[in-house]
Amino acid sequence: MSIKGKAYIAGIYEHPLREGTGKTVPQLHAEVAKGALEDAGLHKNDIDAYYCAGDVPGMGGINQAEYMGLKLRQIDSTETGGSSYVLHVRHAAQAIAAGHCKVALITLAGRPRADAKENYSMRPGGGAPADYGFEAPFRPSIVNMYAMVAKRHMHEFGTTSAQLAWVKVAASQHAQHNPHALLRDVVTVEDVLNSPVVSDPLHRLDCCVMTDGGGAIIMVAPEIAKSLKRPRIRVLGAGEAPKHLNGGKVDLTYSGALWSGADAFAEAGVKPSDIKYASIYDSFTITVVVTLEDLGFCAKGKGGAFVADGNLISGVGKLPFNTDGGGLCNNHPSDRGGITKVIEAVRQVRGEAHPKVQVPNCNLVLAHGTGGLLGSRMGSATVILDREDA
Amino acid sequence: MSDATTKTAPRSKIRAPRINDESRPFWEATTRGELLVKHCTACGENHYFPRTFCPFCFSDATEWLKCSGRGTIYTYSVTRRGEPYAIAYVTLAEGPTMLTNLIDCDFDKLAVGQAVKVKFVDTGEGSALPFFVPG
Repeated sequence: MSIKGKAYIAGIYEHPLREGTGKTVPQLHAEVAKGALEDAGLHKNDIDAYYCAGDVPGMGGINQAEYMGLKLRQIDSTETGGSSYVLHVRHAAQAIAAGHCKVALITLAGRPRADAKENYSMRPGGGAPADYGFEAPFRPSIVNMYAMVAKRHMHEFGTTSAQLAWVKVAASQHAQHNPHALLRDVVTVEDVLNSPVVSDPLHRLDCCVMTDGGGAIIMVAPEIAKSLKRPRIRVLGAGEAPKHLNGGKVDLTYSGALWSGADAFAEAGVKPSDIKYASIYDSFTITVVVTLEDLGFCAKGKGGAFVADGNLISGVGKLPFNTDGGGLCNNHPSDRGGITKVIEAVRQVRGEAHPKVQVPNCNLVLAHGTGGLLGSRMGSATVILDREDA
Repeated sequence: MSDATTKTAPRSKIRAPRINDESRPFWEATTRGELLVKHCTACGENHYFPRTFCPFCFSDATEWLKCSGRGTIYTYSVTRRGEPYAIAYVTLAEGPTMLTNLIDCDFDKLAVGQAVKVKFVDTGEGSALPFFVPG
């Protein structure tokens, strides 16, 4: 698809300041955003895509999106130095041409002169995001920021630790067939419940492994795919959505998967009940339960019952998941499991998963990634794949 | 009930916040025993963490609002590795929900929905941390 004539620049703003004393970097980003919006005659709630680079503090653009109160369908923090923002124009045009967003914001801001005068350390990322000072003193950790999601889920919906444990049990059933899995021992619900509590209600076996390594993916144009002697796996639909604390209107019962999944299913023109296999990001057992609900595999609050009794085990349950053993048993390279989610989904839709876990007639699969902290700010991404030559 | 689960985080675990020009009024208020959120005079919403721009309507006509210091536990977790501590989200009477720690309490008797009130602990670095206690 060409972007020719399919996207327009509607607003611009150059900050009049030349020294940013008294202003923070997130504040400067918001000021230029406000200026460009006013130039365009648009409101910040019209924005559905955000592009930024390494000058924005935090995890990609998510902390800045939170600062500005943005609700996004597209986020891109590609960093190529000073050229980033030109490249962002192209990326935004591609997204607009594809119908993935309608109003894209690109920002650049910083205060190197003020930083030098005030003896702030100069470092990539532009210093701390605005939320940092209000959270770090209370010692958030990766585990307790997911544990609080589990605690609230249990309070609102009656979810139990035994139900969460079934997610780990299913992953371990799959991992026993993966010679590369870090943990190959099959575990029971009791094993999970009897493992030490790390941050209640999460036990050690509710948590994913830590591993080194990694993964890679090659994507090609249709004509190249046809020239190769490999199954032709198509991206049918995709969605992405950051989620944050929304100015203090906190609701931890759902994740960004609610939005990224809806976009992916709509683009693919399929529904959750059509999916034969799902790779679901499993940093913790609760991550899977919340994500399955948000993607529509079951109703909100019913995720605990959905995952229980082996429903995620290949050959046993209705929704085989993470047949490589997932992050809970197999691999979570560099503390980031997104790529292994796509890789196992491709193995399944190619029919190249381990025979003990291969889903029969597996012609439609989903992979979902969760980044950051489910208990504060996070990124969600969903892809739906099929096999063209099946 | 073991001693370890009832104690407040030790003094050595008090972490002073990183303060910047935008957050300084909030932290200065903590040293006077005041908990502030931001109020937007354009749309009427309160927000937290406080920022110059209202995250709901993007107006910069925001002002500081002194809170009652009362709230309820939205969720919490007691981290058991090392000396236990309780992290929590507390929903303030004024609306916004904030990250904090629950202190001076029996961690085994905490509950979602429980009423709590702010208790400031001085960091010794020109700020006080807004912790919460039952009551």
